[in-house]
Amino acid sequence: MAVASQRIRENSRSLYLWCRRNPVTALGFAIILGLGILGVLAPLLAPYDPYALNPAERMRPPSWEHPFGTGIFGEDIFSRVLYGIRIDFGIGLGAVAFGLVVGSTVGVLAGYYGGRLDEILMRLMDIVAAFPGFILAMAIAGVLGPSIPNLIIAIAFVNVPVYARLSRSRFLVIRSSLYAMAARGVGASDMRILAWHLLPNSLAPIFVQSTLQCGWAILDAAGLSFIGLGVHLPTPEWGVMIGLGAPRIISGQWWISFFPGLAIAITVMGFNLIGDGLQDLLDPKRW
Amino acid sequence: MIAFVARRLLLLIPVLLGVTVVTFTLTRIIPGNPIDLMVSPLADAETRARIAENAGLNDPLWEQYARYIWGVANGDFGDSFVTSQPVLDDLTSRFMPTFELTLFAMLLAIILAVPLGIASAVWRGTWIDHVSRLLAVFGVAMPVFWVSLVAIYVFFFLLHWLPAPQGRISVIVAPPDAITGLFVVDSLLTGNWPALRSSFQSILMPACVLAFAAMAPLARMTRSSMIEALESDYTRAARAMGLPERSVVFRHALRNAVLPVITMIAIVYGYLLGGVVLVENVFAWPGLGRYVYNAIASSDYPALQGFILYSTTVYVLLFLFVDILYVLLDPRVRI
Repeated sequence: MAVASQRIRENSRSLYLWCRRNPVTALGFAIILGLGILGVLAPLLAPYDPYALNPAERMRPPSWEHPFGTGIFGEDIFSRVLYGIRIDFGIGLGAVAFGLVVGSTVGVLAGYYGGRLDEILMRLMDIVAAFPGFILAMAIAGVLGPSIPNLIIAIAFVNVPVYARLSRSRFLVIRSSLYAMAARGVGASDMRILAWHLLPNSLAPIFVQSTLQCGWAILDAAGLSFIGLGVHLPTPEWGVMIGLGAPRIISGQWWISFFPGLAIAITVMGFNLIGDGLQDLLDPKRW
Repeated sequence: MIAFVARRLLLLIPVLLGVTVVTFTLTRIIPGNPIDLMVSPLADAETRARIAENAGLNDPLWEQYARYIWGVANGDFGDSFVTSQPVLDDLTSRFMPTFELTLFAMLLAIILAVPLGIASAVWRGTWIDHVSRLLAVFGVAMPVFWVSLVAIYVFFFLLHWLPAPQGRISVIVAPPDAITGLFVVDSLLTGNWPALRSSFQSILMPACVLAFAAMAPLARMTRSSMIEALESDYTRAARAMGLPERSVVFRHALRNAVLPVITMIAIVYGYLLGGVVLVENVFAWPGLGRYVYNAIASSDYPALQGFILYSTTVYVLLFLFVDILYVLLDPRVRI
């Protein structure tokens, strides 16, 4: 008991010191953690049903009853922004996870086997990377049709080359490392070296990259939804909500678009601060 | 030099061919039948079959692809389902508005971001460094379409400084005579003051919004590459020789720091090609972005295909241009 509590005290002390040394990164973690908790607790915290329409209360400015005002159908913006955390975090994390798995598989295969396979895979990646990212995502989402899984596929697909190139280059460095050779020396199989020795050791820069990509994915998802290529209408996704309020800006109903956009900005900032901070740890010369 | 450019151009061919495979495949995995988009729903089965036959939709896929490639190679991107015009004509007529917008945005971003990056590298850790870092953090995190809406609310609704979204020029002002195709430049050249005023007012907000988004990565790149140059041996040598700080920063460090910034400009321009789609939609700007948005909304696949091919070619050529510039600017890069 005493040992356990002492360890907790030590751990929290070192966490505190780490936060003192990296206040900006800690802020990023705090933002994402805080938003994540708000998203999980959305059903408890949201004062209204995010899908409830109330024609009697259309386009009310922010007030005590509706902290972020109400939308063009009388929906409560605050509740919808809260539920939006679930949707937008889900899309962002989903797209990153999908792109990461596919991309690093491609990169690791290319890096490990080399030769013809390497050449073919990396030229394929060049072709995907030749497209301006958002425009390719737009085309894929447009062709597949608007839905959350299609949105995730579109955004993930565009980012596959990023992970593939990163994991391949990292892989080439560590393939010839001592521990890989030692593993081969004691008779480990290709698969075993790949999965147990090389993959874990190439993860750090990929993980940093995926934190940054998470912010990008959320921005792209919101942009696609804003122009009607992403998520269907009643879903409380932030980009869709901004799109709903867009025609009302010139008549002064700013709150319909403002709060969901603010949520996007804070979320993306949180992910970027984490990503930047971690990248600084790897390469201190960067900003 | 010519051999280098020729070789790089040849290397583009497989990439662009790969791109056409992707665009072609995209339009063939559409749920539903392209015939439904080309024919009135009231048409009988016989008419549908005839049109499908004429459009070559019954041929094997590779034949359709070969025909598509042959057309593209001859400048035939197909006809838009919606405007019934050749897609290439549609794209060409909408190129200039988009070019004008992105050009102004990019120039504005460079003018603001590069000095900011230099300043925060030279005075590292001071307030100017912190302010520009803050700006960079916010600049990349805010969605451009949302910044556009906030700008419209503030500068149109609250302050009445700028007009509501009205495209390139107000409907009550006649556009200037076309010389360059850029409204602001044309009205300046022809001395058409009402057109200059209106087109400048129209472009100001969308260009500033795009520039704001483009500034962050540029300032960041300038800063980090300037810091690297300032900490290098040759700047130390220049300082040791007693050169004035101004000459150390601008003549020695900046010259060496400029190459990565140029690459970043190309990357950011490619990123603007995506952002401009969103911004054009908010500001009713009659460019490529609006065109492709309408194409997607109305399932106009030839138009979508054409646009993707077009913008990817621009993107790829841009990087080729940067590579050539590298060779010209840095004698150490051998070709």
